[in-house]
Order: sequence, then structure tokens, then C-alpha cells
Amino acid sequence: MSAQSAIRNPQSAISITFTLNGSPVSLSIDSAERLLDTLRYRLGLTGTKEGCGEGECGACTVYLDGLPVNACLVPTYQVRGSRVETVEALDPERLEPFLAHGATQCGACTPGVVMTALWIRAHPELLETHTIRELMAGNLCRCTGYDGIVDAVATGHGPDLGRR
Amino acid sequence: MTVLLPETEREALEMLAAANGAAVPIAGGTDLLVYWPVRVEARDRTYADLSQLQALKPLRWSDGELVLGGLTTYWDVIRDERIRREFPLLVAAARQVGAIQIQARGTWAGNIVNASPAADGVPVLMAYDAVVVLESLRGREEVPLDRFYTGYKEMQRRADQLVVAIRIPRRPYSYQVFEKVGSRRAQAIAKVGLSVTRSAAGWRIVAASMAPTIRRCPSLERLLEDGTALRGPDDLLPAIAQDVSPIDDVRSTADYRRRAMARVLYEDLRETCGWV
Amino acid sequence: MHRREGLAKLTGRERYVDDLPLEGGLWGMTVRSPAPRGRITAVRFRPEVDWSEVVVVDARDIPGRNEIILIERDQPVLAAGYVRHVHEAVLLVAHPSREVARRAARAVEVVVAPESPALDFRVPPRPEQIQYGPDNVLKRLKIEKGDVERALAAAPVVVERVYETGAQEHVYLETQGMIAWLEDDVLVVKGSMQCPYYVLNALKHALGRDEHRVRVIQTPTGGGFGGKEEYPSTIALHAALLALKAGRPVKLVYDRPEDMAATTKRHPSRVRHRTGLTKDGRLLAQDIEVVLDGGAYVTLSPVVLSRGIIHAAGPYSCDNVRIQGRVMFTNAVPFGAFRGFGAPQTLFACERHMDVIAQTLGLDSVELRRINLIRDGQRTATGQVIRDGTDRVAVLERALAVSGYREKQRAHRAFNAAHRAMRRGIGLATFYHGAGFTGGGEVHLNSRLRVAGLPDGRVEVLSANIEMGQGTLTVFTQIAADRLGLAPEDVVIGEADTARVPNSGPTVASRTTMVVGRLIERACDDLRHRLGLDDRARGRTVRDAVVRWHREHPGQRLLGEAVYEPPPGITWDEERYQGDAYGAFAWAAYVAEVEVDLRTCATRVIDFVAVQEVGKVINETLARGQVQGGVVQGIGWALMEECRFTDGAMVNNQLTNYLIPTSDDVPPIRVAFVENPYAHGGQGAKGLGELPIDGPGPAILNAVAAATGADPRAIPLTPERLMEIADFGFRTADSRAS
Repeated sequence: MSAQSAIRNPQSAISITFTLNGSPVSLSIDSAERLLDTLRYRLGLTGTKEGCGEGECGACTVYLDGLPVNACLVPTYQVRGSRVETVEALDPERLEPFLAHGATQCGACTPGVVMTALWIRAHPELLETHTIRELMAGNLCRCTGYDGIVDAVATGHGPDLGRR
Repeated sequence: MTVLLPETEREALEMLAAANGAAVPIAGGTDLLVYWPVRVEARDRTYADLSQLQALKPLRWSDGELVLGGLTTYWDVIRDERIRREFPLLVAAARQVGAIQIQARGTWAGNIVNASPAADGVPVLMAYDAVVVLESLRGREEVPLDRFYTGYKEMQRRADQLVVAIRIPRRPYSYQVFEKVGSRRAQAIAKVGLSVTRSAAGWRIVAASMAPTIRRCPSLERLLEDGTALRGPDDLLPAIAQDVSPIDDVRSTADYRRRAMARVLYEDLRETCGWV
Repeated sequence: MHRREGLAKLTGRERYVDDLPLEGGLWGMTVRSPAPRGRITAVRFRPEVDWSEVVVVDARDIPGRNEIILIERDQPVLAAGYVRHVHEAVLLVAHPSREVARRAARAVEVVVAPESPALDFRVPPRPEQIQYGPDNVLKRLKIEKGDVERALAAAPVVVERVYETGAQEHVYLETQGMIAWLEDDVLVVKGSMQCPYYVLNALKHALGRDEHRVRVIQTPTGGGFGGKEEYPSTIALHAALLALKAGRPVKLVYDRPEDMAATTKRHPSRVRHRTGLTKDGRLLAQDIEVVLDGGAYVTLSPVVLSRGIIHAAGPYSCDNVRIQGRVMFTNAVPFGAFRGFGAPQTLFACERHMDVIAQTLGLDSVELRRINLIRDGQRTATGQVIRDGTDRVAVLERALAVSGYREKQRAHRAFNAAHRAMRRGIGLATFYHGAGFTGGGEVHLNSRLRVAGLPDGRVEVLSANIEMGQGTLTVFTQIAADRLGLAPEDVVIGEADTARVPNSGPTVASRTTMVVGRLIERACDDLRHRLGLDDRARGRTVRDAVVRWHREHPGQRLLGEAVYEPPPGITWDEERYQGDAYGAFAWAAYVAEVEVDLRTCATRVIDFVAVQEVGKVINETLARGQVQGGVVQGIGWALMEECRFTDGAMVNNQLTNYLIPTSDDVPPIRVAFVENPYAHGGQGAKGLGELPIDGPGPAILNAVAAATGADPRAIPLTPERLMEIADFGFRTADSRAS
């Protein structure tokens, strides 16, 4: 759909510049736009999903300046000057353990799950204070029962580390 | 919808003053953006975006206190080793706020001014005698957190004031515990929240989800200060009835809340207080 | 084999309905009833919206019959003057801007003159609340075997109890959504669904179009669990009506609160057991009464009741059984299909009751089950002789061994003695689940499937069965590839598009791998026969023959076909509810270990073992994932998932207040399979998808009972509910004391 039809609102436009998946982007956005809507409907990056719209399910997880956040709770104007990364920027080679362990079923939660999971894998020091299950708790999955996801995150971290 | 985009604290304060009370400051957005598309009325308001006010982000230590910035997040606190040692309840509470996605964005100051009776961050701050630092063009004002709330979602903050810092005195604690009773382990809203500390300043018992605001429980604190001997959780009920007024709502019942609070408090404090 | 579409899902490339572009299209929104029952006296359009820009559809715009055709025709597409539940669709609006459409939907005021609603299915309706038949009973069913009254009168021991289960919300992570548009004169509807042909039939009926002018295409479906079995017909009709009126594409995608409030849920239940036994625990008589809340329309409730009562007596042998079931009309949002389809409710009652019986008789609950488990040659309640060769006691033993059941019981005694306010316990459930449609249902469906040979030598499976996470694409690929000796990449699974695929039946009832998988095998064989090959021809021989055929028949289609045939010797008497209810049952024993915090009455599952016999396991990773996901959904239903209703509508319709388990709420789910191939299932498989949600509820409550001595009889067993029924020595005074 065209961006205009998605969010046409008699409201003020804001011009912003930020880094999206490694490249600079300049956009005129509506002040009421959520980052989730900007990504999905304005930029066509539909990998980021909406599961609840209240920051509960994590299906819209993206990285904002390197940390996982819910794109449904970020007003787009707040990312000016920041780095945003979405599932589209991930290296598919890092996803092999997720295939092998059955970490995806219906796939609706999956892009968000993968974003959080790869963030954990990139920061193994987190597992000194946290379990994988606590760190993944912001990504609801209704299909897998979480074992496939937790096992995929734990792959290569030793048999029991953080798995509980 | 109008958004004000200040680049500095000074600009923010000027904009808040000029907006004549109409502008809502927005930090992490984790409360304000919930169900954003459905809440049509929320999109007819004016917001002041704080995200560029870099100076408010870091937390600071001095000899006498820990100062959280107006934009310090839960994750900032969780990752701070020194806080883990000196103020473990801050970390325990922060880890109970949603999950990483919320912890990375949500701020302590936002938790205070959102004024939810079920907040996770406020009770531990209150149990550590935190002080809210408010700034406006008219100057600086400091309000102890336990006197900050005046009613449900009502507080001692004028619309032109910004929470720029939260001051927490450094003291040795001989007892400290944070309890959150939720319907699941992670990402739940508290049905009963409790923060209990003991220092040279005395006992602090702070309850969440038990009254229209987060609040200290003076009757319970007195009971502990007096060293009253108790024989079971029921002996706490009269003091609980004086201190809080829980309700039935979509998440729990008043009866459950009172009884769970009494049992948790009793079991937690039993050995320390020498109760049977 | 790895999940076929796995990488597309992991990289976010998979396109779900809301990911599809809507060039020049409109966003649809639904205006719903504010009241549970009454006559619509006015519909007002408030002036804050420029209505000249908004497409508005009401019941008068329906070209065919205002009926959502399913088992009955009682449910309107849009309420015409009268509403029977809160959130019933009354009006539709559409606008190019989603924001304007949303504001327009809010600017419509539906005024209802209220009438007395029936809201509690457990109490008889008052005369003024009667709205269906003489007594608000939507469906009654009965199974009888032997003479229950006489056996009960003679039984040395009779144990009677009532059990209840609550509604459950599916929480598929992708909400319901459809896009509809016109291509010349053909109405195309595309979206998230389990049953393309259900949607097609609903469109034909209400829009007055034949199948040449309607086409339904499934998009990758982000979870279903039954929630996308019947409801998508409604949203498809709504999108279609808007698109027809607008003359432009319309997308209708629910947000989460709307999805939770307006769509179906698992039927709440109340089940009474009156059981006669010998003193050593042998079952003599089972008298069971099952009552379900159907909500405001019939939808699928009669067949949910059917599956519910057939499973109600459990996997046991008993000579005298009477099961009476009914579904009650209430003015609630209609309840519908949900994984397990009535069986989880009745098996919860049965398996919790087994522990209550054991407790009453002073028997070990494992022994009670062991002596009563059905043996080969014995008959179920419907008189079906079980003779599949599965050793059900061995399944139970395996679960005890894997879980360390006896060792844990000992360890718990020590743990509980050492802790003031923590208790641990272990609980068991043995159960079964019939796969495929009930009774004559599969014959009635008459499923048809084709396998096409493509010009390049690959083959394409043409079926209406869809992928919603459970693994259809992968398992179908494996079955076809194995049958023909091809590499997986030589097998294409065609899009579920009613213009291209035959009706191989709905993707429900644990039937896809077992029933439709078998059709794939037979269609592959048929393809070989059409090529003049015998059943031993594989791989290159098949590929080359396909390529050669196309060279010799340019422009023609090469199709192998299979139509469902019941396994030999299957009979079913629909009138008396006697006979072979299912072609095959899967058997299971689940063990839950829990820890209960007596201070807060919060229960945590700390270990879970699921052992099942599901025929041949075709893809171990996928099968294990189905079990783990089903168990966790069952843990949620047992402990935390509670729909709160006001006037028959869910009021905690958001994921902050309706809680499903997170990764941190559940332990690793330990899964083991006992394999016993089923001759009439695809590659020897039996149905698997629903089974795992039957066991967790009773296993967990039995564990809580073992841990605490409490006697819980209802789920979800929230902390509030547990605190109400047991004081654990804490309570001496009313908590409101001042």
C-alpha cells in the first residue's frame, strides 16, 4: 500500500534522519507514527511483526542503538540520530541453529524471537547474571513451548549454561 | 497531534512552560504508546520528547548518594555492578519490569510520573528513601518520594516541571527484600508488590497494588520498630487494614491481596523478627 | 528434514496477510454490538467524520442470504435489527486511511433496546431468557453402554464430583485478517485461515456466487489452534462485502484487543462424574454428564460436544458407561474450535477424578490407572474394539521411568518436611485422543487430493491443507518425496488456492498427516500408474517418466489423484452413537512436577514429561515441537489463562491481562515417543496436534493436590482460586479484620 493511505492524518509532519540497517535514511514522518508502522507500511520492511501493540509479545523487536526494543512502543521521531536494525539485516548463516532446533513454527513471533536471541548470542556475558529463559521472556511464542528457541540460543554455549 | 522536540534540558523546560500545562513529557514511551493506534484521544494531545537530552541519561555516584538521571533506564541499572551490590532491590525490581525490550527503554523517572499503583520501580525507590528532583524555569524542587503522591495518578509535579534526577542516599542495610506477586514469573503486572528495608533510618515497608498509590505502610513499620511479637500472618492484618485499601479488579481480588501480603511479609520477616 | 519454510520465517521474508501490499485499497473496520441481547433501535453516524468518504456496509448490502453457513444457519453475517451477543458485527466501514477508518468505526453509535440475556450456562434459563428451542439447549448427545444405574446401585464404592474448566483464548501470534478484491468478475479473498473450502462455501452462500466467481487463497498463517477454523469465514465475508461495495481492494486485519474480544474461544465446561468401583479400584460404572457453554450461535458446538463426550470416559475399560452431554445457548461471544475440541475439558474431569478416586479408596493413582487402562480386545464407551497392538501400560511405565516418578515422590516428602511454605508434588494423567473427524465425518468429507507431475520432472502436491506452524509443508514434502524416491526439492507444495487445489478437507482434528498424508501416498501411486510405472518405480525413473509424458502431451496436465477411503471394517451408527468413533487413537501418559508457594498459592511447573504413542513419527523435530507447544498451551490453560467475562464478553482482552506462559514460566518439556505405525495413516502416522493439550491440566492439578493436600476441581487454578479452597494452616481470621 502507499504510505499515504496507511497513515494519512491531519497532523504535523516531522523530518528525521537515522541509520537503518547500516544505511542513512531521511524521512518525512507523521508525528503520530510508531516505528513499527514506519518500518512496515512506509518502508516496506514487513519482517517486523505486530503481535499485540502493547509491548507484551515482542514480535516487533528491533535493535535501537544496539538494544532490543519493541517497535510498537517507539514513536518514530525518537529514533532521529539513532541506529535501527531490523530482522532484514540479519545474516542468514547465524540462523542455522534455529532451523536445526525447531525454533520456528508458525513464524509470527519468529522475527522478534530471532532478534532477541541473536542479541543474547552476541553478548554471552549476559548469561553470567541471567538465564536464557529470563532474557527471552519478552518474546511470546504460542507454538514451540520455547524449548526449540532456548536450545538454539544455547547452541555452542556449553550444555547447560543459562538454559536451566 | 503535536510533538515538541527539545535538544537540551533548558529548551525542554521552556517548551513545557510555554505549553501552559498541555504538553506531556515522553521518555521511553513504554507506558504512553501502549495500544497507541486504538487510543484515538491520545493522538489529539501534545508531547514533549526528551529522547535527545543526553545529560539526563547517566547515573552518578557520590560519597553520600546514588543519583539516577531523569532518563536512566532499568537496563542501565541492571548492568551496573555497583548497584547490584549496594542497592540490590533496584536490580531485582528492574528485572521484573517487562523484559529486556521494556527494560532497555523504560526509565525510573517515567515509572514515578506514570504513577501506576502497580509500578515495580517506585516501591524499591521509596524503600530506599529516594528523593525526586524536579526542575522548571522557576527553579529546582526536591520532594521525598514517599510524599510525592497525593492520590490516584495525582502527584506533586506541576506540568512545567521535569523529573531530572532521583537521589538515593547510600546507607548500610541490615535487611532488604523485594517481593512481586504476579500471575506469572516474567512480564506480569504486580498483584501485590512489597519492598522492605531496614537501616539506621528504621524500617521501611512499601506496598504496591494495594492502594490508589504506591505507599509506605506506617502501621506495619511501627509494629516492626516496636518489636511486637506475632504468632502468624493474621496478626499483620489489622495493621495492613490501616495502611492499605486493596480492591477487586481484573487482575486479582482485594481478599487475595491482603492475605498474600500478610503471608509474604510474615514468612519473610519471621526469622529476622523472631516470630514463631 | 528441516522445516521447509523455516528460513523464510526466520529471516522475516515470509509474507503474512498484513504484509501484503494494498495498492489503491481501503482499510476495513467493524462496528459491533454494545449489548448482549436486544433489538437495534437506531444506528447513528456522528458528524466528526466526513461520511461521504467512507464506505459503509450493513445487512442490506448482502447479496445472498444473511447466514454464515456451517452446521446450522443461525448466525448472521451482520446483525439485522437484533443482536445476541456483545461484539456481534452490526456494520462495516472502510476508508483509504486506516486512521480515518478507525475513527469512523468509533463514530457509529449502535443503540440497542436491551432484553434479558442468558449468561450462565450452568443454571437453567428463566422463561424470558429462552432463545433457542424450548430450553436453550443447542445440542444433546448420549452414549450408553451396559446398565449404569444397576451397576452403580450394586457398586461397593461410588465417587461423585463436579469439575469445571474455563474459556481459553487461542492467542495465535498473528491476529485474524483478510484481503478481498475483484478480478474481473471473480471475487478473490486471501488471508489467514485453516479451511479454505469452509471460507469458499460461506462466501458462495451469503454472496450468492458460484465457485467460478469466488476464489479463496490462504496466506501463511501465523498460528491457528482451531481459532482459524470457522471464524475466518466471518471476517472473509466482511472484507468481501466491503470490497464489493467499494469496488476496490479492502484489507481487514484485527488488532489484538478486537481479536481477543470478538473471536471464538475454548468452550467452558462443567462435567459431573458418578463412578462405581470395587474396593480395589476396578471401574464398574461411569455415569458422566457434560455441559458446555456454546455462546450465542451454534457454530461448531455440536461436534465439539461429540468429541468431548466420546473422550469423557478416558482410556479405560468399563462395562457400564453412560455419557450425557449438552451444549447451552448463552448470550456470549460464540465459543468455537480450539485444539482438542471438547476432549481437553472432559479428559481434565476424567483424569482429575481418577486421582480423587485413588485418594478416596486409599489406592496409588498409578495402580488405579494401570488396572483400568484399556487392553487390546476391550471396548470403549461407544463399543469400539481397541486392537491397535499398542501397549498402553508400557506408555505409562515409560512416563514413570523418564520422569523418575517414584524417586521424586520420595524426594518431595523430604522437601516438604524441610520447608515451611514451599511444597512439591508430582501428578500423572493417562489419556488418548482420536484422530481425524469423528464417526462418519471423514467419509462425509470425501477428501480429494492431487499430485501433479510438472514439465521439469518435479511433482506438485495440490491440497487444501495449510501450514500454520504445525509443519504441513515439511511433512507433505517428506511423504511425497519418500513415496516417489525424489529429493525434497523436487517436491512442490501448491498454494492452498481453491481455484487450483481440490478439497482435501479442513486443516483440523489432527487429520492432516494421518488422513491427508495417506492421500498423498495414494495420489503418488496413482501418478505412477498413469505413467505406466509400478509402485517400485522411484527417483530418476519417475522424474524421467514425468518429463517424457509432458513432451508427449504438450500443454496438458499430468495428475495423480486420491479420494478418501475409510480403513476396512470401520462402522459408525450416528443415531445410537455406537461404533468406531475414530480410525485411530493416540495414547499418552504425562507427568507434571510442581512447586507451590503456600504464601501466595502460586504454582510453578518445574518439570514436565510427555510420553506418547502416535504411530510413526515422521519428523522428530517437528513432532517434538508440536508436543512441547501443546503442553505449554496446556500449562497456561491449567494455571493462568483466565478469560474474564462481563455480559458475555471478555473484558481482559489484552495480553497484559490475559497471561500466557513466557519462556521463564515453563521448564524444558521432556518428550518421548513410543512408535507403533498405523497402517492407514500417512507413513504410518497417527494424529498428533491436539493430543498434547489434553494432559497438562489434570497432571498439574493432580500434582498440586499431591503437593498440598488441597482438592482443586477447576481450571485455571489461579493463585486466587487455590487460596480460596485451601488455607494451608495460615488462615485464622477474616482478612478484612481491622
